[in-house]
Amino acid sequence: MMFSVLAILLQTALLLALAPLVSGCIKNWKAKLQNRRGPRVWQPYFDLAKFLRKDMVISEHASWIFRVVPYVLFISTLLAGLMVPMVSVSAPLSLFGGALAFVGLLALGRFFLALGGLDPASAFGGMGSSREMTIAAVAEPALMLAIFTVAIAAHKSTNLSQMLIAAQGPTWKLLNPAHVLAFAALFIVLLAETGRIPIDNPATHLELTMIHEAMILEYSGRYLALVEWSASVKQLVLMALLANIFFPIGIATDSSAASLGLSLGWFLAKLLALAGAVVLVETTNAKLRLFRVPDLLSAAFILATLALLSTFLFQ
Amino acid sequence: MNLPSPTLFLQLALCAYGFGVVASLLAMRWEKFANGIGFGSATVAAVFGIGAALTGLTSGPGNGGESFALWPSLIPYLQLTVKLDPLGAFFVLIVSVLALALSIYSFGYVRGFYGRKNVGVLAAFYNALLLATTLVFTASNAFFFLIAWEIMALTAYCLVSFEHEKPEARNAGVLYFIMSHVGTGCLILGFLLLFQAAGGQAPGDYGFETFRTLGDKLSPGRRDAAFLLFLFGFGIKAGIVPLHIWLPVAHPVAPSNISALLSGVLIKTGIYGLTRVLFDFMGTPPNWWGVTVLTIGTISAVLGVLYALMEHDLKRLLAYHSIENIGIILMGLGAALMFLHTHHPVLATLALIAGLYHTMNHAIFKALLFLGAGAVLHATHTRNMEEMGGLIKRMPTTAFCFLVGAVAISALPPLNGFVSEWLTYQALLQGFGTTDSLVRLMFPLSGAMLALTGALAAACFVKAFGITFLAQPRSDHAAQAHEVAPTMLAGMGLLTAACIFLGLFPTLFLKLFNPLTVQLLGQPLPGFLSEADGWVLGNTQEMGGTVSTLGIALMGICLLPVPLVLWLFFGRQTKVRIGPTWDCGLKGLTPQMEYTATGFSKPIRMIFKALFLPRREVQREYDYSPYFAKNLHFESHIEEAFVTRLYRPLNRGILRFSRRMRGLQAGSIQAYLIYIFITLLLLLMFAL
Repeated sequence: MMFSVLAILLQTALLLALAPLVSGCIKNWKAKLQNRRGPRVWQPYFDLAKFLRKDMVISEHASWIFRVVPYVLFISTLLAGLMVPMVSVSAPLSLFGGALAFVGLLALGRFFLALGGLDPASAFGGMGSSREMTIAAVAEPALMLAIFTVAIAAHKSTNLSQMLIAAQGPTWKLLNPAHVLAFAALFIVLLAETGRIPIDNPATHLELTMIHEAMILEYSGRYLALVEWSASVKQLVLMALLANIFFPIGIATDSSAASLGLSLGWFLAKLLALAGAVVLVETTNAKLRLFRVPDLLSAAFILATLALLSTFLFQ
Repeated sequence: MNLPSPTLFLQLALCAYGFGVVASLLAMRWEKFANGIGFGSATVAAVFGIGAALTGLTSGPGNGGESFALWPSLIPYLQLTVKLDPLGAFFVLIVSVLALALSIYSFGYVRGFYGRKNVGVLAAFYNALLLATTLVFTASNAFFFLIAWEIMALTAYCLVSFEHEKPEARNAGVLYFIMSHVGTGCLILGFLLLFQAAGGQAPGDYGFETFRTLGDKLSPGRRDAAFLLFLFGFGIKAGIVPLHIWLPVAHPVAPSNISALLSGVLIKTGIYGLTRVLFDFMGTPPNWWGVTVLTIGTISAVLGVLYALMEHDLKRLLAYHSIENIGIILMGLGAALMFLHTHHPVLATLALIAGLYHTMNHAIFKALLFLGAGAVLHATHTRNMEEMGGLIKRMPTTAFCFLVGAVAISALPPLNGFVSEWLTYQALLQGFGTTDSLVRLMFPLSGAMLALTGALAAACFVKAFGITFLAQPRSDHAAQAHEVAPTMLAGMGLLTAACIFLGLFPTLFLKLFNPLTVQLLGQPLPGFLSEADGWVLGNTQEMGGTVSTLGIALMGICLLPVPLVLWLFFGRQTKVRIGPTWDCGLKGLTPQMEYTATGFSKPIRMIFKALFLPRREVQREYDYSPYFAKNLHFESHIEEAFVTRLYRPLNRGILRFSRRMRGLQAGSIQAYLIYIFITLLLLLMFAL
């Protein structure tokens, strides 16, 4: 495992540059599918640039926690992103942690974001924090069990690069029941973690239904830019994880420019396909009532349990 | 350099604690002097204790302290022998580190008792408790162990009901007293079983050295009986579900420095006992032992955190988290037992270390959180979170320390809770391949439950920190709070530093485990834990993953320029304005409009309502329509199902039985003499 500064820089740049595009594509396609014109695919970039240039209003009740949150969130999300192999099989930071550290870093960002929601003394923020932490808690066992299932197939390794190498090996079959079930479970977790319909609605600003938007209601200016950017990086990273581990086609195993370029092309194609799936789910489903969400997430947990059982049965 | 022997350090520590007991009782009349001398000698003793533990753990396997008699015994069978072996040294390290931080904290904290309570007595009991706990960890003879155990339980009882003018403290003390003694009863029976198996003749047959040679010589039935007795006896002390009901009652009512000691160290004596008995004495365990311990651990972890979420009494919330963390520790120990059964010594080492590392970590962050809660209690005079808020501006240092503790206990990187839970996850994951039976599914499933526990703990500490320290103050007490004394902050700061150190430098700390694993499992510390890459823990071959908390932290700092560059590039001209929080156009937000602790945990209460069985009562008063209420009365209760369904019926049964038995005790001396005579006769018949 080469510890290379260049790889870190490149992947950071890729994460930051690509994330708004994925969000933009999802927004645009969703509008198209609903017979609306929708915003341009590039719109999130303009939004971020605008937020960065705007003045900030900070609540008089807020403490230093409120100001620290965007940075902690941004950096922990980036760190998590650097642990996921995207274009090359070896992730830049795979030595520093695998799937467990990845989950932990996302949880660190969520922890601070929820504190940031409570800090300005607004009831909306508290409501958002409470719901976010609840949903994350219910999603966590399904996520961990699905990761365990994949790790068991990868010679019991939680290292994400190792998982990917195992996925490229001859024993890996796409239609292996364990993989199909684990993928289904992780897809539901992806919807929950990125605040998509049917769990949360990223487009809503109706106070009583929003979760993520409620938490960040008091953020403005560059803090809002950092928070929004982190949210889309998180979405990109989770999608990359799903795309690469379950469809390990075309990922570069060496660091020659040609294979990296080819791998980037495959990576984009897989990401966009996954984004298309998210768009389809978002358009064809209605948002669930908050207390129906645990049912969906327990379904994900059951799927992950079945995945585990089938590794036991079909090995 | 030639360091003094661990034994000398231990003797000095014991003497200093003993001196603390006597001196603070003598100085009882002069409370300032009693405070200084009582907690001062505890501080000195703690430093000696740390010295003893560190020299004991670093002097290589087998070279721990030698055995010495504390006192020449005058009673046959009773030997007051003390020996600092690696396992004991590790727990002495825990108790001494905490004692150091707590004693420094106490200088400032007990000033709140001046003129109200007797500080000398408090300091004397505090020293006695530390003395007894150190002896529990170092006693090398079952008889003496039980004596130290009882002294510990009794001093803890006195400290729990220290504020005995409050009825809740009295009741909690009695509950603790009863539960603790049921546990001790089981332990006595368990040790008698071992004693009998060891020959039951010579006084040395009570010694731990003799027990250690028992191993597989015990007959299976007797071994299983001893296992169950020890699990029950030590389990009560550790607070495993369903034997935990005393813990959330007793820990919060004690003074906060004592609560920290109870939750940080005292429940760990149960873990110490289980480790000592199961790994040191009883040989290769049957599979169901490990399965039982792992199951109990998983259930305790999940239920502990779920009940913690429902609390809005800050100290009770922390007490419930102790149950959760004991569960996590037991998950490590249970997995280690299962690995021993399947003869995977390296994995057993990993799992055992995961459990013991978490024991250390929990002691530190739980004590830190209790000290933080104590500081908050000191400043606001309430334990009810619904009356707090906004304390971060009034008590910034306390808030920072509490935040570090909260991040650590929620198992978030890069702090210490994450490291030990990471080890636990890895051990559980590796367990999948150790057996072919369906039992292997238990490992990933308990891993998933550990994930649920971790995420719920994070939710709970967002609530605990957010409601207590952030937003607007919810009461006048909270609005008028002020930062606590410097010694209290120093105590908390010490533990905060320990949390960060154990989080960022696990590879340094893990080296201490080497003599311990040699002693318990005959297996040196696996290379992937002791060395690896120096600052990267684990490896990808034997362990299935690496993690480096230090790397994560440093890399995070390296990434900090990214947002700063963005800011320099785009937003240098932007201004920051302080304004009111968005209030939907109303006349401004009042603290009553903030989210409450009860509200925060409502979704979880609804999701798990089958478990909590919440009872709510709403009374509305209105003139025209129910939508425009004049007055609203809301009450919500949760009672633990274990209390209502298990302990209350048990209690009623015992009372009914004792009413029946009352006839025997009519008060006539003649009848009593006959009872004694018959008992003697029976015993003689039995003996001959």
